[in-house]
Amino acid sequence: MKDDLILLAHGSGGKLTHDLIDKIMVPAFANDILADLGDGARIDIQGTKLAFTTDSYVVKPLFFAGGDIGKLAVCGTVNDLAMTGALPRYLSAGFIIEEGFPIADLSRIVQSMRAAAKEAGVLIVTGDTKVVEKGAADGIYINTAGVGEILPGVHISPQKVCPGQDIILSGSIGEHAIAIMADRHGLTLPQTVLSDCAPLNGLVREILAVVPSVAMLRDPTRGGVATTLSEIAAQAGVGIVVEEAAIPIRPEVSAVCNILGFDPLYLANEGKLLAFVDAGDSAKVLAIMQAHCYGKDARIIGQVTATPAGRVGLRTMIGGVRLLEMLTGDQLPRIC
Amino acid sequence: MCLAVPAKIIEKIDLLATIEIGGITRKVSLMLLPEAAVGDFVLVHAGFAIQVVDEAEAERTAELLKELTGFGE
Amino acid sequence: MVNDQAENLRKTARVLAAEIDRLITRPVRLMEVCGTHTVAIFKSGIRQLLPPQVELLSGPGCPVCVTANDYLDSAIAYSRSEDVIITTFGDMLRVPGSSSSLGARKAVGADIRIVYSPLESLDIAAANPAKKVIFLAVGFETTAPTAAATVLAAEQAGLDNFYVLSAHKLVPPALRALLTAGDVQVDGFLLPGHVSAIIGEEPYRFLAEEYHLPAVIAGFGPLDILQAVYMLAEQINAGKAVVENQYGRVVKQAGNPTARQILTKVYKECDATWRGLGVIADSGLTINDNYRRYDALANLPVEVEETREQPGCRCGEVLRGKIKPAECPLFGTVCVPEEPLGSCMVSVEGTCAAWYKYGAGRWQG
Repeated sequence: MKDDLILLAHGSGGKLTHDLIDKIMVPAFANDILADLGDGARIDIQGTKLAFTTDSYVVKPLFFAGGDIGKLAVCGTVNDLAMTGALPRYLSAGFIIEEGFPIADLSRIVQSMRAAAKEAGVLIVTGDTKVVEKGAADGIYINTAGVGEILPGVHISPQKVCPGQDIILSGSIGEHAIAIMADRHGLTLPQTVLSDCAPLNGLVREILAVVPSVAMLRDPTRGGVATTLSEIAAQAGVGIVVEEAAIPIRPEVSAVCNILGFDPLYLANEGKLLAFVDAGDSAKVLAIMQAHCYGKDARIIGQVTATPAGRVGLRTMIGGVRLLEMLTGDQLPRIC
Repeated sequence: MCLAVPAKIIEKIDLLATIEIGGITRKVSLMLLPEAAVGDFVLVHAGFAIQVVDEAEAERTAELLKELTGFGE
Repeated sequence: MVNDQAENLRKTARVLAAEIDRLITRPVRLMEVCGTHTVAIFKSGIRQLLPPQVELLSGPGCPVCVTANDYLDSAIAYSRSEDVIITTFGDMLRVPGSSSSLGARKAVGADIRIVYSPLESLDIAAANPAKKVIFLAVGFETTAPTAAATVLAAEQAGLDNFYVLSAHKLVPPALRALLTAGDVQVDGFLLPGHVSAIIGEEPYRFLAEEYHLPAVIAGFGPLDILQAVYMLAEQINAGKAVVENQYGRVVKQAGNPTARQILTKVYKECDATWRGLGVIADSGLTINDNYRRYDALANLPVEVEETREQPGCRCGEVLRGKIKPAECPLFGTVCVPEEPLGSCMVSVEGTCAAWYKYGAGRWQG
């Protein structure tokens, strides 16, 4: 509403976030590497191609079904590097902790980070710890930055997305968001619904080893699949059509969305990826994904089209096509 | 107006029921539908059960559709 | 990519659409009067399947959209009090008042909490005895009974710090006002399934009997809506005009008498201002004398700013079905979901928001 104050919606990863970055950050930091605005920055240091990324974690609650802020902090940054076509190597971890925060909780979080880093094969090599007064930092905030080596022969970029390619989604959507939100809205989830938070670099490595020509990878985190596809369509200047019937979603997630009025296509995922591949390679990529624990429900969900450029269409269950836009503001529970 | 979902009553204590839908459970009030019983499917809106879902009627509608179009669900 | 169940759904939809095409031989306009239908229609992609001679227009069925500025201004004014907690459905947060919104107030620290059920307000009231909890009671006949029941529950619990700011509205009087105004051409109505679950079929009879317009009570799934349009097409083709019920699994002819009794116990009818339709007699609900102690305006003094309407905003005409969103000069330029000027753009269910989000319905791909 007012142009001069940050709203919670600015952090939701949708249009407002993009506008903020475009209007404030990009012009100030102006450089070619940043202009790419990919999940990670691509750096070339005397011939060695590296990927470099950072992310801050402010999730509430700190501990949720399937993970915690620590696991998220490691997996999120590992995944951003993987989506750039890089082998994640080293992470930094900065902690901002609220005075009065239980050390036992900090320990638990740090142990989660250790486990996630171990699974991902990365080392946490440097970090920082700050403590702020009671009332600030809402418990604990974590920032992680990561560095990785871009795999040889791999060039992931929206520029490589072109009409005719298949779009593969690695598994069912909305689980992380639901695991976080259910408690807030008085819904009891069965044990089967857990955040899907997971490191995807192993899966990505296997895919790229067989099909290094994958055009684009991105993990649909904040803003969900719809926002991520909208971003890519806009960046690549192509159209995208996805099939509603092909999108995997668990009945529990569907149920929560129906009750609260959420659209699952806009819910955050922390252990899924979208891959854009040439039609000739999709069977191969699908097979690799389905054989991996983090891709067993992988499906081809759509195609890249030439027109309408920059738009994403969803072919609905009954065969109509509706426009999917970027998320605007936060999804609020509705009764209407 | 208005978002409401069909759910099954799996427990009832006085006018408070536990409903289940797709594996999710939630407590809802039966103040607007006091005669609802465990095992009933009810329409849930804003934390209340507002009407019973009639399975027989649902069947009838599905049948009508099938007759007309030749396709079932 | 598409499984058998989806294939079946599509075939059924195609046959229904073909039948509708066969039955409707001239341009007809069908009005759906429920915001949830507006969204369901867009989400399902039905518009693309319907033949071009069938036009679906949205009427004043979004309770958030028809909430007048003065109500928002009152809620916003209350939110400025240190000892007030506002509880509200999420839908209301971004609705613009004369000079602010609840969302903007929340951003600067006002205690405004989103609830899924009005009952949550009672937990908040019990946990904060020194504060006054005001629930923003917005919604049609589906939601009004839940607010009324909450007042009764507050009475049972002996709570003395719970209040209701009511803006409930009733659908049948609005339909009558629309038709009385005479400037909207409509050939039939898709009636709101969940409002009907409460009020039943009777209140709509006048549409058929006095105005000779066919009306079908419809559910919210894509096949429900298509089937309802088909039933309207059949009536129009046969020159009939009756109130039919496609949503029999939920809507009983008598509706939900218990819910209506609870409504009458707590509320009474009053005149209400509908954005875009003006004042409609007996179209709103306000707390009656027996429960006056729960009425926010009656008990809590508040200074409300002078209400101003947004210049250039044509929400009213959109709500009356007179113009399509694209015909409003502010649509998509100055008035967009991130910065809505009128409530039609704010609510997820608002006609303009749905058009903006889901496109005008035709995919050019």
